[in-house]
Amino acid sequence: MASSSTPKYNSNSLESSSSKRTIKDGTNWEQNEEIPRLPGETRVTDKDVIYMCPFNGPVKGRVYITNYRLYLRSVENDPVVVLNVPLGVISRIEKMGGASSRGENSYGLDITCKDMRNLRFALKQEGHSRRDIFEVLTKYAFPQSHNLLFFAFANEEKFSENGWMVYNPMSEYRRQGLPNERWRVTFINEHYGLCDTYPSLLVVPYNATDDDLKKVAAFRSRNRIPVLSWIHPETQAVIMRCSQPLVGMSGKRNKDDERYLDIIREANGQISKLTIYDARPNVNAVANKATGGGYEGEDAYPNAELFFLDIHNIHVMRESLKKLKDIVYPNVEESHWLSSLESTHWLEHIKLVLTGAIQVADKVSSGRSSVLVHCSDGWDRTAQLTSLAMLMLDSYYRTVEGFEVLVQKEWISFGHKFASRIGHGDKNHADADRSPIFLQFIDCVWQMSKQFPTAFEFNEQFLITILDHLYSCRFGTFLYNSESLREKEKVTEKTLSLWSLINSEKSKYTNPFYTKELNRALYPVASMRHLELWVSYYIRWNPRIRQQQPNPVEQRYMELLALRDDYMRRLEELQITNNSKISNSSASSASPSQMMSQVQTHF
Amino acid sequence: EIQIKEPIEKEVNPRLLPGELLLCEASTVYKYIQEDGSNRGTYGKLVCTNFKIAFLDDDSASDDNEPQFKNKIVGENDITLQCVDQIYGVYDEKKKLLTGQLRKYPETLIIYCKDLRVFHFCLRYTKEEEVKRIVSGIVHHSQTPKLLKRLFLFSYASAAPNNTDGRNETVMFDTLEDWRAELERTKGNVKYKAVTTNEGYRVSEKLPLYFVVPICVSEESILKYEGRGIPIWCWSCHNGAALLKMSAFPKEQDDSTSQMQKAFLDGIYKTISKPPYELLKTDDLSSSLPSLQDIQTAYTRFKQLFLIDNSTEFWATDVKWFSLLESTNWLEIIRRVLKKAIEVAECLERQHTNVLLIEESATDLCCVISSLVQVMMDSYSRTKSGFQSLIQKEWVIGGHDFLDRCNHLRKSDKEAPVFLLLLNCVWQLVQQYPPAFEFTETYLTVLSDSLYVPIFSTFFFNSQHQKDTNTTAESLKTQSGPFRFLTVWDWSVQFDPKAQAFLNNPLYAEKTKPDKSQRKTTRFKHQRQLSLPLTQTKSSTKRGFFREETDHLIKNILGKRIGKFINSSDEPPNSFREFYDSWHSKPVDYHGLLLPRIDGPEIKVWAQRYLRWIPEAQLHGGGTIAIAARILDLMEEVQSLQMKMDEEHSQAVSGGIHSVPLLRNSARLSSLFPFALLQRQSIKPALPTSTWKDLEDEDDLVKRDDEFVDLSGDMS
Repeated sequence: MASSSTPKYNSNSLESSSSKRTIKDGTNWEQNEEIPRLPGETRVTDKDVIYMCPFNGPVKGRVYITNYRLYLRSVENDPVVVLNVPLGVISRIEKMGGASSRGENSYGLDITCKDMRNLRFALKQEGHSRRDIFEVLTKYAFPQSHNLLFFAFANEEKFSENGWMVYNPMSEYRRQGLPNERWRVTFINEHYGLCDTYPSLLVVPYNATDDDLKKVAAFRSRNRIPVLSWIHPETQAVIMRCSQPLVGMSGKRNKDDERYLDIIREANGQISKLTIYDARPNVNAVANKATGGGYEGEDAYPNAELFFLDIHNIHVMRESLKKLKDIVYPNVEESHWLSSLESTHWLEHIKLVLTGAIQVADKVSSGRSSVLVHCSDGWDRTAQLTSLAMLMLDSYYRTVEGFEVLVQKEWISFGHKFASRIGHGDKNHADADRSPIFLQFIDCVWQMSKQFPTAFEFNEQFLITILDHLYSCRFGTFLYNSESLREKEKVTEKTLSLWSLINSEKSKYTNPFYTKELNRALYPVASMRHLELWVSYYIRWNPRIRQQQPNPVEQRYMELLALRDDYMRRLEELQITNNSKISNSSASSASPSQMMSQVQTHF
Repeated sequence: EIQIKEPIEKEVNPRLLPGELLLCEASTVYKYIQEDGSNRGTYGKLVCTNFKIAFLDDDSASDDNEPQFKNKIVGENDITLQCVDQIYGVYDEKKKLLTGQLRKYPETLIIYCKDLRVFHFCLRYTKEEEVKRIVSGIVHHSQTPKLLKRLFLFSYASAAPNNTDGRNETVMFDTLEDWRAELERTKGNVKYKAVTTNEGYRVSEKLPLYFVVPICVSEESILKYEGRGIPIWCWSCHNGAALLKMSAFPKEQDDSTSQMQKAFLDGIYKTISKPPYELLKTDDLSSSLPSLQDIQTAYTRFKQLFLIDNSTEFWATDVKWFSLLESTNWLEIIRRVLKKAIEVAECLERQHTNVLLIEESATDLCCVISSLVQVMMDSYSRTKSGFQSLIQKEWVIGGHDFLDRCNHLRKSDKEAPVFLLLLNCVWQLVQQYPPAFEFTETYLTVLSDSLYVPIFSTFFFNSQHQKDTNTTAESLKTQSGPFRFLTVWDWSVQFDPKAQAFLNNPLYAEKTKPDKSQRKTTRFKHQRQLSLPLTQTKSSTKRGFFREETDHLIKNILGKRIGKFINSSDEPPNSFREFYDSWHSKPVDYHGLLLPRIDGPEIKVWAQRYLRWIPEAQLHGGGTIAIAARILDLMEEVQSLQMKMDEEHSQAVSGGIHSVPLLRNSARLSSLFPFALLQRQSIKPALPTSTWKDLEDEDDLVKRDDEFVDLSGDMS
């Protein structure tokens, strides 16, 4: 029997890296306890429990709770069973059984997590043994509901890279070739006076004055006016984002908005129509009129073409993910797997989002027409569509840094309501505002990387790490709903960025097969024949469906790379010795780069 | 188009193989595909020979972008007569199946192929008499019953120069020595022997000339019932446990006959259940696995999902893809077969018992299970020559009815894709454990295609006897030297060396020590096995895994030395799950035992085989080929560096031979590569034309807005 001491459930779980590093540093390591601890992490309590593992049955262990995590170590199992769960992933804590409950292990806690798992702990049925652990967990898992700060504000980790420096809006727009003679940067929103959910720096048509913008803001839901997200380097067609127009039941019109959209249309020098993609299903857009919203009508916007992309609302997505969890956790549906999967509609939603993004990207690229994307408020479906279209069109966003910029720009700075959608530190688990919109976006990115395995600089681990820290509250990156709130809370000063962690250990998140290709549009095939369930994320807790670690194909490739480097080094040495032997030879020893070119032209 | 006939004629004469005869032809045929709502295609000549249907492109003169992966025998617009699945004619936009005599001739001919290609030939611009000739010719030669002797196989073999290279690493199992060597390789020779009883086919025409039985089985008993009721050896496990198969007795009306047969069987069981033989488990595959009819029905439905006419149909079926896939039951059958193979492996490996597979003829599901078990348990079967030898042993010599199961002669009512089922199962293993196989999925795909190429004898006979008798008859007739068929294992017949490289897996984890001896293999494996928990072996046998034998006689005589598999419909056996979980919780040894993962999400569609001709499913610069290309590029680089080092060492320039193909601009290869002939021309992304919209059951949620805020009042 192999008696490995490696924790059985740690291979896919988050934190394994950080705990390793802590072990290496040894700084925050208490001598007698093998519990990983981050700088700034403090111990709160611990207790003997029985972990009701859904896969291997009851596991006796000790649970340790800090201000950041719940950590369980088995006491009898070999190999040791370890659970390492940041409290941020907890969505709900319930007491199961009562003091008088019968049956073995029927008294304890049931913890629902945001990352597709549940944890059950059984406790001794005496002296309210779970009361303090319940209270401690509730307090630290839901700091917002207890007037406490997120752990991110206590985190004292140090990284070699500063992730807050990754995104600078001005340099990102410059990279796109902006401002130019048709597009200008405006600081009208510097103090979030125009729109409190937009970033301070915006790119708008050169021919629209700040005064125009203010008038347009009055006609757009939550003042989210059309602003530039991305410009095509060749066609000069742009992707604009905004919220729905306030048309209402009476079919209100707004001359300034109409004129503004015309200016946008003209800005790329094409006479074609402006294409408007309303992410919603047609009926929902119509229904929104009842509450004052709506869409751009043909009469008011004769130079625009409007398409509905039929992507459903946040509630439908939430329910879909719930159904998905039902069929994969704790056990994977045995019979009728495919029809069960279909009945969750999760992949159909992915298909629709991808299809919408392909349409946006294709219109800008081969249709050479500027597009305007909105949904209702322009912070959920709109962010999915613009960021995915940008990922398809601009290879920069397929690098590690570029993707960080993309998330920082299209999601964080443009006010995707991370706090509400995730419910950071909030005990109200049934809040209707919660929805896995960002997860869905990451899933779409994963589908693309699966279809084009050499096109992305980052690997699957990168995406999983982002999702893990979407919930963990260890970094400030995804906290709060908007840039203005983040500024108020001084997030960049008081917390660390997730990108600091990732960029300090970039090799871990890089795809060895990445082949840099500039200016290549990458269109995934949004067909169910190619879409698949992201098993290594959604079913990662199930040891039966474990992915091979490390990936054997990747491993073999790395071996070959090492072999090549070794040969190149030895060849160089040989050439040097040979050249010195033939001292009259005029040829100098080839440098590795010269040698490479020789190798490549050889054939 | 007709006046420039002279120069065209030169270009478009079909390339004929030795023995191939042009039967009929038609000009100005328009071959097209539908893309983005419009037709795209070329004009050319459609011909039918005694070997194939071929479309000869009028402007195929420019052959400068020769594909890297080309079949030398079957071109991209060639369809062998055996590869034709169904032919439809289009009459006034209505599709009609064409089978026999035709009264009216269609405007368009749609040919669905068994390798899943779909051809559309528009005949609107073709002369009427040519239409008549070509349509009835094609339908007649590909759809109507044929005599065995009329297979192209025979004309080719008599006309082709007999230059087959005898040297082949594949063991053919047509000699006694081959069987003895296999016994020795697996160390089965202690308890099993190769017998010559069937020389001259004295025992049975279904059985091979030579086969292996337990040493204790007498020649007399082999002869008694034409080999029925005799356990025939397939393979021995490193621990001595053996996998056996047996052809069952047919149901007898006559009571005394069946009593005698029962007594005979009991005698056999008794002899082979005694030490030194291990405990014996029997498994009647005809009751524990789906029937051949179920398999045929499932596959017929399944393949239909991939024979797609146009992009409208593609997107229409995309909406309910998963449930369509599930309703075919094909993937479920694959799962059940894999599960059965794991059960058998568990008995051999962990319980250390012999397993006897029983089936009526022991040449269908027996072949599938025994082959799969060997692929999983014997790493030699995961090399190319080992796999080919396995197919020879279990299928070709083993007497699988290829001719009938593939319905090559169009008159079989016994068609069933049994061999394809094996390839589909092996593919699951190949994609789950790429480094464990010396061959690639492309190898499996071209092997499946080769089922329909009638120049190789491999897949065109029902038994060794049938092949032998026909060979002898032909030899006597031609009298021009020995008459020999080609074997499919000579891949150089179909592919040049560059293309053959795609059949070899660059990721194959070869053993660190290049010791080729097979003993090494088994010993290596043995060591690994020791790390598996061997506890509970005996107790679990009693704990309900095996049902009590119903037959008194056997129970009384044999006691506990013989058991029977329980039906898979019963409660899943515990020891199976234990074995499966315990194996999966350990790191994989690519040269040891390999168990497929069989949970729902793990069983996948063999995309390369089934999606390769569908333009909409193509990923430009994507798919697994993108990674394979990167690896091949790197290997090429490593090889050239190696050569350079050799040159530096010897200070001389040596011309190296490259076994690795060149994949320039590999990042832009289509995911359909190396089967990329039907590339989408359009650079526009494929967009669904019909999407699913309704969410019947969640109406109230659908109608809600993301966040309910009344915007009409607060904006002024």
